[in-house]
Amino acid sequence: MAHKNIIPFGPQHPVLPEPIHFDLVTEDEKVIDAIPSISYVHRGLERLIEKRDFLDFTYVADRICGLCSFMHCMGYCQAVEKIMGIEVPERALFLRSIWAELSRLHSHIFWLGVAADAFGFESLFMQALRLRESVLNIFEETTGARVILGVCKVGGVRRDIDADSLKGIVNRLDTLKVSLEELSNVFINDYSVRHRLSGVGFISREDAYTLGCVGPMARASGLSIDMRTLGYAAYKYLDVEPVVESAGDCYARCLVRIRENFQSIDLIRQAAGKLPEGSIDVKVMGAPNGEYYSRVEQPRGEVIHYVKGNGAKFLQRFRVRVPTFSNIPAMIKVLKGSEVADVPNIILTLDPCISCTER
Amino acid sequence: MSELQDIVHVEKRDLVGIVAQFFAEGYRLVQVGCSTLPSAYELTYSFDREYRFKNLRTTLAADEEVPSISVIYPNAFLYENEIHDLFGVVITHIAVDYRGTLYRTALSTPFSISNVKLPEPPKQKVTASGEKPVTVREQSEVPGKQE
Repeated sequence: MAHKNIIPFGPQHPVLPEPIHFDLVTEDEKVIDAIPSISYVHRGLERLIEKRDFLDFTYVADRICGLCSFMHCMGYCQAVEKIMGIEVPERALFLRSIWAELSRLHSHIFWLGVAADAFGFESLFMQALRLRESVLNIFEETTGARVILGVCKVGGVRRDIDADSLKGIVNRLDTLKVSLEELSNVFINDYSVRHRLSGVGFISREDAYTLGCVGPMARASGLSIDMRTLGYAAYKYLDVEPVVESAGDCYARCLVRIRENFQSIDLIRQAAGKLPEGSIDVKVMGAPNGEYYSRVEQPRGEVIHYVKGNGAKFLQRFRVRVPTFSNIPAMIKVLKGSEVADVPNIILTLDPCISCTER
Repeated sequence: MSELQDIVHVEKRDLVGIVAQFFAEGYRLVQVGCSTLPSAYELTYSFDREYRFKNLRTTLAADEEVPSISVIYPNAFLYENEIHDLFGVVITHIAVDYRGTLYRTALSTPFSISNVKLPEPPKQKVTASGEKPVTVREQSEVPGKQE
């Protein structure tokens, strides 16, 4: 009879840049249970809403996470705008969609690199991060920052992108697309990548739905869930079709992100072509009195920003339900029955963001 | 584009039954959230089916227990452990109960009533008759417990 062992995985682990801990209960090389433990760096940002003016809080929302910085701020602003009945100018909505898709693009490319590093393909990691630089350069030129963009605000955006710059961005993304195709070919066709990812970490469509999976984790199992189809920001004017795979394994999750890279480039091109003239913000008067759940599709999936105010400039409640938190139950389910050697790949293909989770 | 968002207030005793009905109708559990009120907690259960967003809301007194819905939605256990650890709300029969060890916080139950001082609503001008102005919070707090 196999002997049971408990293997601690994290909070410091080579494949995890952020702290999360699992107690992996194993029998020989098989994981039979996984017990998560989070909150090593819980920041309590949600309660800062009680002490920061709701307009200034955009800077806090921006800092919930580095990779999803813009989308956190956009989700928060959307919630406040809905409560206050603010009509955001169309140009600002398009600019928000452009920056949101650039965020998705750099997040997914970064993930591809980190995943390659996890299964021992270091040259692929370096190539991925080299390509990501071009997106960060676009951020720097359009917002003045590379990670925490600080460009979204209640009532619109803080910066505009002129027509020439936008044309240049679209051209550079065309160049990036060619390089991404080369990179993607390796991920899709290389024997060692397929060998490490195919059939590993399988989760069925039914389990993904019941366990509340969101984002690429859900779409890789055949669920067509993508909050962009709600039509927030400028997505109502763009052709957005959820990228869905059906295999439900690590390889399918990888394929979803690869295809979403090209989708993001296409959406930016669409938005650039339809960008209307006009102002980029409106003046905000008063303070929120009411509540709203804003739903946004981040690179990792559906994020919810709940805002509740009573007419004062300090809000009563701000809650963020991040996609990683929603994907943890499925992660536990997938880990049970897996091989110990596959655990890093399984956890990484969920693309956990502990910074978001420890908001 | 504004999303339609229903928030239905339910009694605690009806909660599990209504949640089971949502499950039978094919809704997915999106989140379970908690808000601190001056002397109570507000639990909101959010569901989605084909982008239709619905919420069930129940209000609990400070020391009141609430049954877990993790027997219906297995992913609810994580939200319920979170609410227990951050707010101190006692949720009974959680499928996987970490007994307060999910969150490592320096302060125990940092979101609980005793630790949260909610921002005051804006002051309103005193009316000519001298009546005390009515605030939004006073109107909405703990339905059914105002009398």
